Amino acid sequence: MNKPKWNKDYKAPSSLDEMFFGSSNGVGILPTPNSGFRTLHPEIDSKACIKCMMCWVFCPEGCIDKSGEHLEIDMDYCKGCGICAAECPKNCIKMIKDGDTE
Amino acid sequence: MAVNIKNLPDEELLYGAKTCQGCGVTLAARLALKVLGEKTCLATPACCFAATTTVYPQSSIFVNNAITAFPALASTISGMAVAAEALGWDEDITILGIAGDGGTVDIGLQALSGAAERNENIIYICVDNEAYMNTGNQRSGVTSYKAWTTTTPTGSCSKGEKNKFKKSLFEIMAAHRVPYTATASVAYPKDFMEKVEKAKNIKGCKVIHVMTPCPTGWGYDPAYTVKTAKLAVECGLWYLAEYENNEFKFNFVPKEFKPVEEYLKLQRRFRHLDESDYREIEANRDIEWNRMRKRFA
Amino acid sequence: MSKKAFLSANEAAAYGVKLSRPHVVSAYPITPQTTLVEKIADFLANGEADFKYMMVESEHSAMASALGASMMGARTFTASSSQGLLYMCEMLSYVSGARFPIVMVDANRSIATPWNIFGDQRDAMAMRDSGWIMLYVESGQEALDTVIQAYKIAEDPEVMTPVMVNIDGFTLTHTYDMVEIPEQEEVDSFLPPYSTTNKMDMKDPKTLCMSVGPDFHTEGRFLQQKAFEAAKRKIVSVNDEYAKLTGRSYGGLIEEYRADDAEVVLVAVGSVAGTVRVVVDEMREAGKKVGLIKLRSFRPFPKEYFESIRDKFKAVGVIDRSISFGFDGTVFSEVKSAMYGSSAKMANYIVGLGGRDIPKHQIETMFSKLFGIASGKNEAEVQFLGMRWE
Repeated sequence: MNKPKWNKDYKAPSSLDEMFFGSSNGVGILPTPNSGFRTLHPEIDSKACIKCMMCWVFCPEGCIDKSGEHLEIDMDYCKGCGICAAECPKNCIKMIKDGDTE
Repeated sequence: MAVNIKNLPDEELLYGAKTCQGCGVTLAARLALKVLGEKTCLATPACCFAATTTVYPQSSIFVNNAITAFPALASTISGMAVAAEALGWDEDITILGIAGDGGTVDIGLQALSGAAERNENIIYICVDNEAYMNTGNQRSGVTSYKAWTTTTPTGSCSKGEKNKFKKSLFEIMAAHRVPYTATASVAYPKDFMEKVEKAKNIKGCKVIHVMTPCPTGWGYDPAYTVKTAKLAVECGLWYLAEYENNEFKFNFVPKEFKPVEEYLKLQRRFRHLDESDYREIEANRDIEWNRMRKRFA
Repeated sequence: MSKKAFLSANEAAAYGVKLSRPHVVSAYPITPQTTLVEKIADFLANGEADFKYMMVESEHSAMASALGASMMGARTFTASSSQGLLYMCEMLSYVSGARFPIVMVDANRSIATPWNIFGDQRDAMAMRDSGWIMLYVESGQEALDTVIQAYKIAEDPEVMTPVMVNIDGFTLTHTYDMVEIPEQEEVDSFLPPYSTTNKMDMKDPKTLCMSVGPDFHTEGRFLQQKAFEAAKRKIVSVNDEYAKLTGRSYGGLIEEYRADDAEVVLVAVGSVAGTVRVVVDEMREAGKKVGLIKLRSFRPFPKEYFESIRDKFKAVGVIDRSISFGFDGTVFSEVKSAMYGSSAKMANYIVGLGGRDIPKHQIETMFSKLFGIASGKNEAEVQFLGMRWE
């Protein structure tokens, strides 16, 4: 998947020598996932999908990946808002209770 | 300058922000960064966006970025732009500011006016969710008429926000003769991204005012952010327009406005309204459109 | 070879700015800082300098745009005064907490109300805890020299803290004196170009001025305090290095004048130190053992020095051109606290508020009061002197 990764091995500074300088940090550091926001998750019916990319463009999180043959969703960062399902012109995205699958 | 959605880069320059589900601001910022790309230096004032992207150790922005003080976004990015020129940075690097409505039309307006008058080489995007959402929904200078907020609560003596018209940032900026200013909506991503693309290729102060609904503050299902934003335009309570070369232009005018209640009834902040309120809001809308039509035609 | 010119302290400071080769100057005019930013505009108009000059719409924006410029790695200057300094107050801690080495001049002026454009030090003293290094100068020459030194101090990797150079409004900013202007090559050999990794960078992108919660906040402030300890050493070594180059030394954090064998001394900040110097000479002629301690660095405060003179004098007086209402003169509380446990009698004289002159006889009065309390006389510790109806 062509998406930024959850920095699972992120380590906080463990001494003053490792402290950040001033109020400065690097960019693109994701020490925690966003899956905890979610109660529902989207499932895409790839057969019905026409890859119009409406879900991809409207996803606030940018967590729909278009690099593969089918659209895929980064479940570490999907918050389950449901915009993709609401905006899909083919109605081929369903919001499913987290933990369940279609 | 046409933006083809299917050809947009897959690469995300905003990712993993701790914004609420269905956040319109995140959507607007993500799309803007898609157009502007890696060669962007972004600043935001203390706001929702900063508080959800940039609390150590998290950094959800993948380009150079900074937080500045609430009133100081336009002045901070002015300094960045001037320094970039003084230091001989590449000219294709964009200095971008993203601020909310309060940080722009209220506390940030003086600095923005200065930056506009000096015509600093910046893109300033105002993401409008019609209240101070970072602090829990207090009214701003662009809160919709009769909207409930925590500082315009409804009660026996109050029907919410009293100001009938949103402060027109678009026209304020046009009055500064900036080279480019526009309004936009997250429901019209192609239009919005084309405006960002256009701004990128113009030197000077570019200001885009984009409507970014807030499910938490407005009280609607997070799945309906785009639907809500679209209804605002279709009901005539928001509009898509541009100003450049001393000329105004509407980008989209609905043939017929939908009844305003289609938009208002979706949102908890308007649930105290009744039929007479809808008609009053419609009358105000017509006054505003007549005024704009005369001015922009 | 340096050249001499007849300059006001504001103009002298402007030369200091030009010689420091900033990339960006951002400022908003306010009396009595105005002639400084006008001089800077003159340099550009005459082609004598080539930095970018932002004429912004307020002091808040002046400091915010200085912050923005510094974020990009630019050497940056701004100047203000009084209400303007208070207006930029919010931005001062943004700059210091993010460790951007901006140098500013504050033309010290009273703060409203009553509205008053004249000099005292209440404006800068109100910014005491902004996290800026605060230096005070006694003359136009020292203003020029201190601006140049300020960049060297601020940009030191161990310090990386902004510096406010304080110049007394009107008393210095608008009075003329012969000032030696160093050659550009001389200054270049002293002050290398600014280089830092604490900036936006296309090859190594940064998040700047981020938000930090309770979990790491204290440690960051500890490091800021440590930077001020480094600044104490740096202010002294920079002064020494500059003295070798130009022959002019201001003592570093403090300067003692005829204090070695003194019985009573006055601690003075800014231009009034010059008046005290003259009075000390005159009283010494008359055989009175008096001396001056000129406090040049208010932040970092030379605590160790004041600890070292705890039992050196019979009485120590502090001249304050500011007051912390409900307590003491601002400088006095610091001196007294640093001299905790001292055997010396201590007194605080509040003078020169809102531009009132501090004449020589007032300094003489202070010294005679100090001799009085040294020999056991009881007096109020904090006194307003020179009141109309004394």
